[in-house]
Amino acid sequence: MELLSLIGAITIFILAIFLGFELITKVPATLHTPLMSGANAISGITVVGALIFSNTAFNNGNPGSAAWLAFFALILATINVVGGFAVTNRMLNMIAGKRRGK
Amino acid sequence: MDPAVWDIGYLIASILFILGLKKLGHPRTAPTGNLYGALGMLLAVVVTIAQMDFGVIDNFVLIAGGLLIGGLIGYVMAIRVQMTGMPEMVALFNGFGGAASALVAASEVFRRIEENTFPTDLELYVAWIAIGLSALVGWMTLTGSLLAMMKLKGGIELFGTWYRTPTWGPGWLNYVKGIFLVVIVALIYMSIEEPGNQDYVIGIIILSCILGILFVLPIGGADMPVVVSLLNSLSGIAAAFTGFIISNNVLIIAGSMVGAAGLILTNIMCKAMNRQLIDVLFKSFGGSDKEQVTRTKVGSDPEEVAMICDGISKCVIVPGYGMAVSQCQHQVREFADLLEANGCEVKYGIHPVAGRMPGHMNVLLAEANVPYEKLIEMDDINSEMGECDVAIVVGANDTVNPAARSNEGPLAGMPIINVDKARVVVMVKRSLSVGYAGVDNDLFYEDNTMMLFGDGKKMMTELVSSMKDL
Repeated sequence: MELLSLIGAITIFILAIFLGFELITKVPATLHTPLMSGANAISGITVVGALIFSNTAFNNGNPGSAAWLAFFALILATINVVGGFAVTNRMLNMIAGKRRGK
Repeated sequence: MDPAVWDIGYLIASILFILGLKKLGHPRTAPTGNLYGALGMLLAVVVTIAQMDFGVIDNFVLIAGGLLIGGLIGYVMAIRVQMTGMPEMVALFNGFGGAASALVAASEVFRRIEENTFPTDLELYVAWIAIGLSALVGWMTLTGSLLAMMKLKGGIELFGTWYRTPTWGPGWLNYVKGIFLVVIVALIYMSIEEPGNQDYVIGIIILSCILGILFVLPIGGADMPVVVSLLNSLSGIAAAFTGFIISNNVLIIAGSMVGAAGLILTNIMCKAMNRQLIDVLFKSFGGSDKEQVTRTKVGSDPEEVAMICDGISKCVIVPGYGMAVSQCQHQVREFADLLEANGCEVKYGIHPVAGRMPGHMNVLLAEANVPYEKLIEMDDINSEMGECDVAIVVGANDTVNPAARSNEGPLAGMPIINVDKARVVVMVKRSLSVGYAGVDNDLFYEDNTMMLFGDGKKMMTELVSSMKDL
């Protein structure tokens, strides 16, 4: 990573932190758990890193421990992502679904 | 095509994450928010795979297989979990996310060591600091979340024996945590000096795992929601550090945004419990030294309670973790229906931290088809408590403990639902034992309190049949 792109990445990092602080303000207690669960699923974005590394590590001929670590990471991250969104959806359906029916 | 074009896909994914997180905070838009998040994730995955150069065709099969296995496991876990097990499931998923980030970091180090190619100068510093921090936060999140999950369950079953999750943390443990952190930072520094030595990396991994356990060990079960929320924030940060390793903006944006938003949510939860985050993390509270109960109270039986409830005009039901454990929300609903059929007004008083996770009760009652508008938040129900004839507390304790109004003890200052203002209080509870905070409850011994000792489901079922027999 060159200096310029590093500074770019740090800029994005810091701005995104401020964005995160501003994004969540008043949340009703009902939504605490679904919000936590949804945010958790988004943090499963690390699946992108796992994908890239699974590919490069297996590409270099004989896969060693690095490749299997990346592959394991891929599975865990996918569980996090798919499970996270599915669970959030289930919770929200229960909360919001009833309200719509009133 | 210029590979940079793919970055537009990542940009759109980032926007979807931002909008998704924003919408998740409002009741009406929350389902859309979740959908946006999922779409963003799908887009990010598709873009990543689309720009991959598969050297051998097997790679594609392998990666597709990994996605399929993970997706299937995650989906099955998500649809099979009971609503009561939701908090534990969130904690577990969170731990997996943290571990995935940490594993990606470890994979990068081992790949470099296997190929014996290391970056130099600035690149080395950036990569190795990011790897070290990602490992620290990621492994901590994994072990911390696993322990938090067991604490939410109250224990773990190993080889047929039930072990209670311990809560232990003398004051000096905080210094030990500090030392661990310093050693890990030193190890990260040393790994930069000698990037080919994998011992340092393994050292970081082991110490981070232990640190995660030490971090959660002293914190009582009542504070677990806050801890899970904080760990959720940490797993976001771990993903952001992973973004620095692979120089990928979508990871940095989504990760740090979730990290910051998670911190705010943690704070909101702390406020609902009237606690300071620092106190939660570094002062042991609840669960550690349970008081021995010496006073006694004669229990009532369901028939008695049914007679009291006959002909009343206003009833407030206050559910707690006990309702979740015994799965009696349907019986509670049935009971409420009977009261309403007799012309009684029934409302549910929901304490912000009832159960083991905020919103826990709303989810359970929604499952039993209780209309949303009957679930009243704490402040609103408290103003009506004075005109309430009967307050029925189902498996709650600390959230209705008048001791919180005094200025002493672990519960001091926590807002409670003032059920003691009701004419009669009925408590459905297994025993007189203390709640998670470890504080005896004076309410049990009041003259206008009736105790229904027993499992929530059994008691509510009997109460319903007694009501029908009247």
